[in-house]
Amino acid sequence: MSDRFEPVIIGFTCNWCSYRAADAAGMGRMKYPPNIRLIRLMCSGRIDPTFVLKALAEGADGVLISGCHPGDCHYLEQNYKALRRHRLLQRTLAQLGIEPERVRLTWASAAEGAQLAETMTAFVEEVRALGPLAWPARPRPAAVAELHEAAAEATP
Amino acid sequence: MQRITIDPMTRLEGHGKIEIFLDEAGNVANSYLQVPELRGFERFCVGRPVEEMPNLTSRICGVCPEAHHMAAAKAADAVYGVVPPPAGRKLRELLYSAFFFADHTTHFYILGGPDFIMGPEAPVAERNILGVIRKVGAEVGGRVIQARHFGHATVEILGGRKVHPCTSVPGGVTKGLTEEERVEIERMGRWAVEFARGSLELFSTAVLGNPEYREALMGDTYSHRTYYIGLVDAAHRVNFYDGRVSVVSPEGERLGTYAPHEYTDWIAERVEPWSYLKFPYLKKVGWKGFVDGPDSGVYMATPLSRLNAADGMATPLAQAEYERFYEAMGGKPVHQRLAIHWARLIELLYAAERWVELATDPEITSPDIRVVPSARPTEGVGIVEAPRGTLTHHYRTDDRGLLTMVNLVVGTTNNGAAMSLSINKAARTLIQPRTPVDEGLLNRIEMAYRAYDPCLGCATHALPGRVALQVSIRDARGEVLQVLRSAPPGPSPAPACRAP
Amino acid sequence: MKPKFAMYWAASCGGCEIAVLNTDAKVLDLDAHFDVAFWPAAMDAKYRDVEAMADGSLLVTLFNGGIRTEENEHMARLLRRKSQVLVAFGACATEGGIPGLANLSSLESAMDAAYAGPSTVNPGDTRPVTAWQAPEGELRLPRLEPVLRTLDQVVPVDYYMPGCPPEAHQIAAVVDLLVQVVEGKASLPPPGSVIGAGDSTVCDECPRERNVKNITRLARVQEMVAIDPRVCLLEQGLLCSGPATRSGCRARCPQVSAPCIGCYGAAPGALDQGARLMAALASVMAGKEPEAVDRVLDGIPDPAGTFYRFGLAHSLLRSGTAAWKAEA
Repeated sequence: MSDRFEPVIIGFTCNWCSYRAADAAGMGRMKYPPNIRLIRLMCSGRIDPTFVLKALAEGADGVLISGCHPGDCHYLEQNYKALRRHRLLQRTLAQLGIEPERVRLTWASAAEGAQLAETMTAFVEEVRALGPLAWPARPRPAAVAELHEAAAEATP
Repeated sequence: MQRITIDPMTRLEGHGKIEIFLDEAGNVANSYLQVPELRGFERFCVGRPVEEMPNLTSRICGVCPEAHHMAAAKAADAVYGVVPPPAGRKLRELLYSAFFFADHTTHFYILGGPDFIMGPEAPVAERNILGVIRKVGAEVGGRVIQARHFGHATVEILGGRKVHPCTSVPGGVTKGLTEEERVEIERMGRWAVEFARGSLELFSTAVLGNPEYREALMGDTYSHRTYYIGLVDAAHRVNFYDGRVSVVSPEGERLGTYAPHEYTDWIAERVEPWSYLKFPYLKKVGWKGFVDGPDSGVYMATPLSRLNAADGMATPLAQAEYERFYEAMGGKPVHQRLAIHWARLIELLYAAERWVELATDPEITSPDIRVVPSARPTEGVGIVEAPRGTLTHHYRTDDRGLLTMVNLVVGTTNNGAAMSLSINKAARTLIQPRTPVDEGLLNRIEMAYRAYDPCLGCATHALPGRVALQVSIRDARGEVLQVLRSAPPGPSPAPACRAP
Repeated sequence: MKPKFAMYWAASCGGCEIAVLNTDAKVLDLDAHFDVAFWPAAMDAKYRDVEAMADGSLLVTLFNGGIRTEENEHMARLLRRKSQVLVAFGACATEGGIPGLANLSSLESAMDAAYAGPSTVNPGDTRPVTAWQAPEGELRLPRLEPVLRTLDQVVPVDYYMPGCPPEAHQIAAVVDLLVQVVEGKASLPPPGSVIGAGDSTVCDECPRERNVKNITRLARVQEMVAIDPRVCLLEQGLLCSGPATRSGCRARCPQVSAPCIGCYGAAPGALDQGARLMAALASVMAGKEPEAVDRVLDGIPDPAGTFYRFGLAHSLLRSGTAAWKAEA
């Protein structure tokens, strides 16, 4: 085990193109780094900026979003939403002091397993070079139900 | 040294505490008004688009959001070098007059007034608006509620909401008035005039007619001879929305008037290590410490200051009250701080009369309420009178209109030094050796600041940052031998040391 | 014996207090059914009076304002102990509000802004300190925390009442509910609920006409030559936060041709109000390649300040790095 920083990256992939591409890479034994944990959505247009922000806030160092090429979206035009949300996120993250390069958008068709594997490998190295994001954990006081249970037990 | 702490200050806006130190004999050695709150508007507004400022800065204070809203709108106008059309300007001033009416009503009946109506040493449970309503009865109490309701309803029609209006933008306002709305606003304004007259009568009976209160009001305990400032129109009459700032001396001589962009020639702010509140003073006179008099730059900005700094009121009923006031108090300027309550009610009447004047202005229903700025945005200053004092917003922007610098000198901030003087004097007068210091007596000391109608959230919009611990080592004479400071990371001044 | 009521302000503006007073005669109902035990805005009980109360002796406390200083945190914990029901009241306590925007910058830079501005004369670079030795004794000021927090990031919270401030008609409805609860005629909703607000978005309450949207340009409000009073503001190119904001306010701002600024907090189900608004905007704007998208988005000069105007402190990230990252 090396002491090298191993980025944690969440990869949101769309069911119709990029997830199949990742699958194809796996079946073709094309290596891509274990740093990327894949989450499959039906469409890249399903990407809510909330998913990206939650990932970054809860331990991810980078997020990869992968969808069908423009014009090839299984649901016709929804990947354009992914494009717009990605641009919005990047502009906002920059103001929050987070490098926009930590959130990457890529297009991949189901046949492009090798290219996707390369993209993912390269992205892991880019995030490694940026360093850990190490976002502070959210303060979570005890749930209010616990508080009232404790108070009820304490009362004679 | 024995210490008495009043924490928190109550029946005002914002956070404050008072520390009173007694020497061995039981006399007051000194007192400190400390403001322990900050949020940081002057920093976090930087980077925001200037048109957001009427909405962002209104959150400096929810008691006087309209004041910040208007100062911000005027500063944003100045940033763009744009002049709203007459109807736009009048709509803003109409909203502002109704707001002033509601706010002064709130202060007199809810914040400051209970001290007079219930008595300064009434039990805590009764010495508040709820006690007042129980005492004066449902009918009178109902009128107070109605007065606030009319003022806020008018603000809501013109500004969209009762608290934090949203209609002022650079170049004018987004909402005009229909004739139906105008009729309703006029009706409420006329009722407001009668309510204000009734309030002055109530003051006359309940305060001036009570020998103990009359003595407190006219006597020396709560009196300081300071400079006074306030906005005046071209005829040197009080105006809340626009004009030049008039500055008069403790003897009543006018030093001059200044336009908004000239404020830094007149006003400077001083920092003390024991409060987050800064202390403005008149530059031309200079800072001489927490003292009053013509040689000290300490000044006051309150309703009383505005009356002192002006030559009269711009509406007839208020003008008659203005004359009656100065005759009763023995001339101009008036220095007794409890008289601020009286001056506030004269302004209540002016606000209501101005409300009706504007509501019946032929241009008020014009659809020509806004112009689109065309010049490149740069820098601007906007000044209005907040109920608590002169309010200055100064902005610099980049050429997209995003703020690069925000400087605010806020109503109550003007009065930091004057309030400190008032509290100190009240404490020294009321606390004597062997005086039992009970809750009622401490409330009488609090009355010294309550007259100013402080808005400490306004006053401490600023955020100083990670604070350093500073220890001063003094000899028996109180001379500083050494100052040790633990500084935050980054550049910091070298600690001051002096060998014994 | 009437049950006890308290209202307290932390890093706030007092607007929530004024909003309660704006319920007009409803305040008298409050007085009739409750003993107002602590409310610094309106009556004279002091901190020592709260400390002397038995734990749980306050039936309900409305706590507004964000947690900015150690004093704010102390009062949040104190009032949590003394209260059976603690309500995060208003935008600052529920989601950080406007003061939460301070989380985009550092305390360091704020010190320079406050104590070195154009009207400040401070040749000795004096700064306020948390403990200072006056000739007569020590004077203390509370320490400022680097990041502003919401109430529920400090103590458990029973209910959330959003709004900046909550609208008077909503406060009146909640007072009515509390009175009914005290009289045994109603029960409180499940702990953790949002009260005094709606279940949808501001768009649902807005009377403006809505059409299929394909926004090609976003303008600043002062750039609009005319604002059509009947049509959705977002469609006209004004970035309105309505789609991401909880209902309950009756959409007052859009009705006076001012875009919604999001003061009622995240729409139901949204974990992050800014993210929700970004998602919504992306769905209704034009642009199928990066350049076209950028052209539209260039109409938002301050994305963080716009999307997170009220909700930054409660958002998923809560603050920018400038506020919490130690200096290198």
